[in-house]
Amino acid sequence: MNVILPSTVAEACEMLAACAGAIPIAGGTDLLVHWPEAHDLRDETFVDLSALEGLKPVRWTDEELVLGGLTTYWDVICDPRASEEFPLLVDAARQVGAVQIQTRGTWAGNIVNASPAADGVPVLMAYDASVVLTSVEGDEELPLSDFYVGYKQMRRRPDQLITAIRVPRRPYAFQVFEKVGSRRAQAITKVGFAVTAFDGEWRVVANSVAPTVRRCPSIETLLVEEEPVSGPDDLMPAIRRDVSAIDDIRSTAEYRERVLARLLYCDLRDVCPGFE
Amino acid sequence: MSDATTTDAPMSDAATLSISFVLNGEPVTIETDPSQRLLDVLRYDLELPGTKEGCAEGECGACTVYIDGLPVVSCLVPVYQVRGRRVETIESIDPDRLDPLLQSGATQCGACTPGVVMTATWILDHPENLERHTVRELMSGNLCRCTGYDGIVEGIERALAGKTPARGQSSGTDASAESTPAAAGGD
Repeated sequence: MNVILPSTVAEACEMLAACAGAIPIAGGTDLLVHWPEAHDLRDETFVDLSALEGLKPVRWTDEELVLGGLTTYWDVICDPRASEEFPLLVDAARQVGAVQIQTRGTWAGNIVNASPAADGVPVLMAYDASVVLTSVEGDEELPLSDFYVGYKQMRRRPDQLITAIRVPRRPYAFQVFEKVGSRRAQAITKVGFAVTAFDGEWRVVANSVAPTVRRCPSIETLLVEEEPVSGPDDLMPAIRRDVSAIDDIRSTAEYRERVLARLLYCDLRDVCPGFE
Repeated sequence: MSDATTTDAPMSDAATLSISFVLNGEPVTIETDPSQRLLDVLRYDLELPGTKEGCAEGECGACTVYIDGLPVVSCLVPVYQVRGRRVETIESIDPDRLDPLLQSGATQCGACTPGVVMTATWILDHPENLERHTVRELMSGNLCRCTGYDGIVEGIERALAGKTPARGQSSGTDASAESTPAAAGGD
């Protein structure tokens, strides 16, 4: 097994450019699961990012919150301003694994692991976050909502690293995150979503109900146009247009759709004019 | 991969990698297979078997250690990531600190206990986390199949309330433990 130990982002990018197929590793909380049996990974080359101290801090500017490429869930949980301004980030972070995972797992790692069940991604997407991808060719910035193109497929080239996640600061009129799992801690999401409202616009982002975490344009339109909704069933047509839930080891498509509809209805009926 | 050495970044393509870190307060340097997990290096190379392997997938917390003062599951840490870091294991914990847990019935078979003690001790050393978390939430990454958790939570709350008699102090412990209010973490 090859391990490359860069001490700067520039070095890391050079190694990723020079070494086709090299795998960047940040917190390792996904890569190391069942490691003793993961024989196929032993032939890979890993680029260890853990010494790139500059990627760790959370930064605040007048306009935005910037998470570094190595910012962990715990870093955000412990930032009092994050709880005030971006409570969904903290809600989601506290439901990823447990403390021992939250201290290692990174937001950028959650994004590039590209699991449809990722908990960090829907809240970032609902806050209109963008990702900064860095390579030897320079920086590229993409809205997170355009980042995924299919199951585990994303618009990150193998030679690019996420070096920052930019989240615009806005006064949100409404925000909620829901995660349904088998237990409160250490559970992978069966169905989840994040919803935000700002300046008459809505973001509805669902996870674990489609090949990627994704925005739900039909539900967003329904909310903007204040269409009448008198119960969870009235959300079903829009839900079925937006997501494609499946049966798998953790849940069934029917359960996922129904729970998504019921939780959305419960969370929105007191805040959205069309709901009764 | 021989074309991959175009920068000054250290690269290991050999069987071993030299890693230096601080272990339980002492600097150590080891030669290790870079594919090893921290858990295995601690147990088998450094002969500190107190850290236990449970699930090997980061779920049970039996292998909890501290890196730079934060609890982590050592089954998910590749050993090369501790270079230059501070690692602490169950062997670094003062046995006196176990008293409240022993008194509250926090242990039974013992398989989870090293991890439980590591997380519990971290909570006791960082009570500021209880301004936003409950003891139960902070302990939720340590699974225990015996105790039903109440004894663990109670032991931590007792210790937080400072009601623990010092080790070796002649007891009346039963009486004082019984009368200890279990209301610590809340306010």
